[in-house]
Amino acid sequence: MTQRIICSGFGGQGVMLMGQLLAYAGMMEGKFVSWLPSYGPEMRGGTANCSVIISDEPVGAPTVTEADVAFVMNKPSMEKFEDTVVSGGHLFVNSSLIDETASRQDIDIHQLAATEIGIQAGTARTANIVMLGAYLEKCGAVSEASVMAGLKKAFGEKKAGLLPMNQTAIDLGRQNVK
Amino acid sequence: MTRELIKGNEAIAEAAVRAGCRYFFGYPITPQNEIPEYMSKRLPEVGGTYLQAESELAAINMVYGAAGAGARVMTSSSSPGISLKQEGISYIASAKLPCVIVNIVRSGPGLGGILPAQSDYFQATKGGGHGDYRVVVFAPSSVQEAADLVMECFEVADQYRVPVMLMGDGMIGQMMEPVEFKEPKKRGLHEKSWATTGRQGGERNVISSLHIVAEECYDFCLEREAVYREIAEKETRCETELMDDAEIAVVAYGTVARIAKNAVLKARAAGIKTGLIRPITLWPFPSDIINDYAKQVNSFLTVEMSTGQMVEDVRLAVNGQKPVHFFGRTGGIIPTPEEVFNELMKMAEGEKHENNL
Repeated sequence: MTQRIICSGFGGQGVMLMGQLLAYAGMMEGKFVSWLPSYGPEMRGGTANCSVIISDEPVGAPTVTEADVAFVMNKPSMEKFEDTVVSGGHLFVNSSLIDETASRQDIDIHQLAATEIGIQAGTARTANIVMLGAYLEKCGAVSEASVMAGLKKAFGEKKAGLLPMNQTAIDLGRQNVK
Repeated sequence: MTRELIKGNEAIAEAAVRAGCRYFFGYPITPQNEIPEYMSKRLPEVGGTYLQAESELAAINMVYGAAGAGARVMTSSSSPGISLKQEGISYIASAKLPCVIVNIVRSGPGLGGILPAQSDYFQATKGGGHGDYRVVVFAPSSVQEAADLVMECFEVADQYRVPVMLMGDGMIGQMMEPVEFKEPKKRGLHEKSWATTGRQGGERNVISSLHIVAEECYDFCLEREAVYREIAEKETRCETELMDDAEIAVVAYGTVARIAKNAVLKARAAGIKTGLIRPITLWPFPSDIINDYAKQVNSFLTVEMSTGQMVEDVRLAVNGQKPVHFFGRTGGIIPTPEEVFNELMKMAEGEKHENNL
């Protein structure tokens, strides 16, 4: 099994972290993984994205030109990546910032008001984790425990207090995508 | 064994430290900045020295000095910065000194852009600086291989007293993959008796890049040529995949080889017998292996992130036996597996057509 994932949004939404958490979770489960950031000369407020591959086989191209899963956290990202999703794939749309509906009929579209749901969890900054919760519910190639282990490592001892809030964000993401 | 999810640049820096690198001199440039950043934190922990020089020229000449004193020393930069270091690299080669230079290639010429490219192939493998010398060039295709090869770079540099380059495109530097840091494979090399570490009553060591008498310069160049031949014989590295029954051979290096591999697998699924030849050393180039496969395959496809540089070495190796096609993207655009697959389909159809005539 190979899952090719794109996480996209604007700088500050935590899309790079989303990808790193998925790659880390995959690695913890003994899978082959890669995480490739876009590092081009982006404008402030412009788009940021990363490509993640989680596979049972060694990873070939680390680039993702055909995605099984795409997270789009803002409108420019939706415009850029909606067509990248393969037929039968999953598109996770942050409807807090994207008012129009995705036009594709051949993919699973999951719309979440991630900002508002994040606020319920404690802060809008958990919008990315809300999206990961929805992903875990619908098509997770990794387990929730592995993602939480990744968060624990990312936060370290200093910020370990943030873990319960992120757990809530995952739970809310799961509940809201149903 | 524990694996870490780590950026290519950081993996290169950590592996260098584990290989005994204790000195790093550099100057910032994207997309390799995590190397000096990591070294600035890590080297003081192991009693080493990190120094940000005032320029690339200063950095490479600090490398020259540290190498002369027998230290394991490294510098890193990206394309425009590597151009600035070329004079120093030529001097280091002329002074018979070992060092490791990392080039995380960005697009060019000139300042170019910061995105991944392979357009420094000519510069890396055909001299770069002036004079009759060679630089051994390793081209990793994964973060794990980058870590493994940088350790090898130091051994090769010390064994033959040559500058060695690790060349990766921007993707190698920026991407994160799991890495297991292995014990460096030591080659049991001799002490650096030539190093200028103080006479201490013994013979005086002189390190110089000046060979002013023609006969002496001649002898020097021939001695080095013999070393380069030995390197070509013993250090050439290449990986082949799915080549046993291949009719079309794709030749690609670095991360592009992984993109090409996806295309090769897709072509295999479509019934086209393709395989992959991946040079791991770019100099010495695996010419013999490619020449051997020229007897087996119908044609070659070289894929690069340039307008066509390594393809010249592939053509030299094939030596007219079979057609050598080229597909490239340059300027920071990364070729897609689908594009490479389409090229393979075109070639396969062209060959079928030829067979039907």
